[in-house]
Amino acid sequence: MMAIPLSWYIVFATVLFCIAIAGIFINRKNVIVLLMCIELMLLAVNTNFVAFSRFLGNPGGQVFVFFILTVAAAESAIGLAIVVLMFRTRRTINVDEINTLRY
Amino acid sequence: MITLNDLLVMVPELYLTAAACFVLLFDVFINDDQRDATHWVAIIVMLVGIFLVVHGQPDTTATAFGGMFVRDRMAEILKVTVLIATILMYVMARPWLRDRQLFMGEFYSLSMFSVLGVMLLVSAGNLITVYLGLELFALPAYALVALNRESKLSSEAAIKFFVLGSLASGLILFGMSLIYGATGTLDLHGIFAAAGTTTHPHLLQFGLVFLVVGIGFEFGAVPFHMWLPDVYEGAPTPIAMYISAVPKLAAVGLAYRLLEVGMGPFADDWRIMLAIMAALSLVVGNVVAIAQKNLKRMLAYSTISHMGFVFLGLANPTPEGYSAALFYAVCFALMETVAFGVILALARKGFECEMIDDLKGLNRRSPWFAGMMAIAMFSLAGIPPLWGFIAKVLVLKAAIDGGMLWLAIVAIICSIIGLFYYLRVIWVMYFEQPAEGVEPLQAKPDLALRGLLSINALGLVAMIFFSGPLLAWCRAAFGG
Repeated sequence: MMAIPLSWYIVFATVLFCIAIAGIFINRKNVIVLLMCIELMLLAVNTNFVAFSRFLGNPGGQVFVFFILTVAAAESAIGLAIVVLMFRTRRTINVDEINTLRY
Repeated sequence: MITLNDLLVMVPELYLTAAACFVLLFDVFINDDQRDATHWVAIIVMLVGIFLVVHGQPDTTATAFGGMFVRDRMAEILKVTVLIATILMYVMARPWLRDRQLFMGEFYSLSMFSVLGVMLLVSAGNLITVYLGLELFALPAYALVALNRESKLSSEAAIKFFVLGSLASGLILFGMSLIYGATGTLDLHGIFAAAGTTTHPHLLQFGLVFLVVGIGFEFGAVPFHMWLPDVYEGAPTPIAMYISAVPKLAAVGLAYRLLEVGMGPFADDWRIMLAIMAALSLVVGNVVAIAQKNLKRMLAYSTISHMGFVFLGLANPTPEGYSAALFYAVCFALMETVAFGVILALARKGFECEMIDDLKGLNRRSPWFAGMMAIAMFSLAGIPPLWGFIAKVLVLKAAIDGGMLWLAIVAIICSIIGLFYYLRVIWVMYFEQPAEGVEPLQAKPDLALRGLLSINALGLVAMIFFSGPLLAWCRAAFGG
C-alpha cells in the first residue's frame, strides 16, 4: 500500500482555503454562503494541522484542531445570530443590499 | 501536571472568568430598574482586576501550564490599560445606553468576556492560546456591535465586522498551520528556536505572510482596513469607543508575541511588510479622513493613520521600537476615550452628535466639553507639547534608528496633512455658529460621566509630565 505524500494534503488544504477566500470575495448573493466559506476556511486549516501532525509525529496539531472545531461552532452560532438580526431589521440577507454604510 | 503555582500566575484571568460569570448571573436576578447595581458591580470587578494584575505581578517573567501562558511586564501594561479603558467605557456609556433602552446586563458580561480574551491573548505563549484569546476577544465583540437590535446600521456593522474578523483569524490560523508544519511545535519559544535552524525557510516565510496579513486586519492597517470605518459608524457609540481602544492594545500584544517571540529570526522579512503597511495606512488614513463628514468615521480613518504610527515602532525590532509602539498604543487608547466620551456626553435621545457639523458652536454652549474635545484633537494631531506629540516623536525616532528614514519622512508629511481634519473639528467648535432652528447642544448632567471624562482629558495634559516613568515602564517591559 502506498501512503499519500504530505504535499498532496498541503495542496488540497491550500485549494480549499483559496476556494473559501474566493467565495468570500466573489459571493454577491447570500450571507449564509459567507458563513459557509468561513467554515470551509477553518476546515482547510484543520486538514493542514492534521496532516502535519501525522507526518511530524507530534500530537500538538491534532489538539489544536479540537480547539478550532469548538471555536468554529461558537463562531457560526454568533454569525447566524447576526444574520437573523439582519433579516429582522431589513427583511433581506442579500450581500448586495448591505450597503448603507459607505462614504 | 497542573500545580498551584500555575494557577497563581493566572489569578487575574481566573478571577475575571469567575467575575464575568457572576455578573451574568447577578443580572438575571434583578429588575430592570435595579440595573445600576450591575453597573457598579462591573466597575468594582474591573477595579479589583487592575489591583490583581498590578499587585501579583512578579519581578521576572512567570509562565504557567508549560509555557502556554506568560505573565510579563508587557502583558501587565496592556492589561492595566485595557481594564482602565473598559472602566471609562462603562462610566461614559451608562447615560447613552439608558436613553436608548440598551442599558442591559449583556453589555457588561459580553464586554467582560471580551476583555478576558484580550488578557489571554497578550499573555499567550503558545499558538493555541494566541488563537483562543483572539477568538474570545472577537466573538463577544461581534455581539456587542450588534447590541442595538432595532438598528439597521448596527446589524450591518456587525456582519461586516464578523465576516472580516473571521477572515482575519482564518488567515492567522492558516499561517500558524504552515509554521507548525515547518517547525513541528506550537510553542512560541520553540518556534523561535526552530526557525533559526530551519530547513524549510520558504514554508516559514509563506506562513509569516499570512500572520502579518492577519495582524494587519486586527490593527485595521491599510490595505486591510475596510471594516474599521463601517464598524465605527454603525456600532453603538460606546462600543465604537471600545473597538477603538481595546483591540489596538490587543493587536500590539498579538504582533509582539507572534512576530518577535515566535518569528524573531525572520525579523528582516516582516519588518519590511510592516513598514509598507505603515506607509499605506499613514497616507490612506490621513487623506481619506479629510473627506469625512461623520465624526465617528473621521475618527476611524484617524485610527487607521495612528496604526501606521504603531507599525513605525514595531518595524524596528529592538526594545526601543517595541516600547515606543507600546507607549503609542497606550496613549492612543486613552486619547480615543476622550474623543468618544465627548460624543457620548453630547448625544441625547434621538440625537447622536455624529456629524462634525453637529459640534458647531459648542464652545458657546459648553466651553468645558469643547475644551476637552480640543485637548483630544490636539493630542491626536500630535501638537507639542501634548502626549500625542511625545508618542509620535518616540516612534519616529524608533523608525529612524531602525534605518527607515523614508518611512519617518512619510509619517511626518502625513501627520501635517492630518492636522487639517483635527483642526477643522476645533474650528467648527470655536468659530462657527449652529444653523438656524437646530436645538443647541447640551451636555448630559450625569456626574460620573462628566467627572471621569474631565479626569481623562486632564490626565492627557498631565501625562506630559509623567511620560518619563511610563516610558521607563514600557522600556523595562522589553528589557531595554
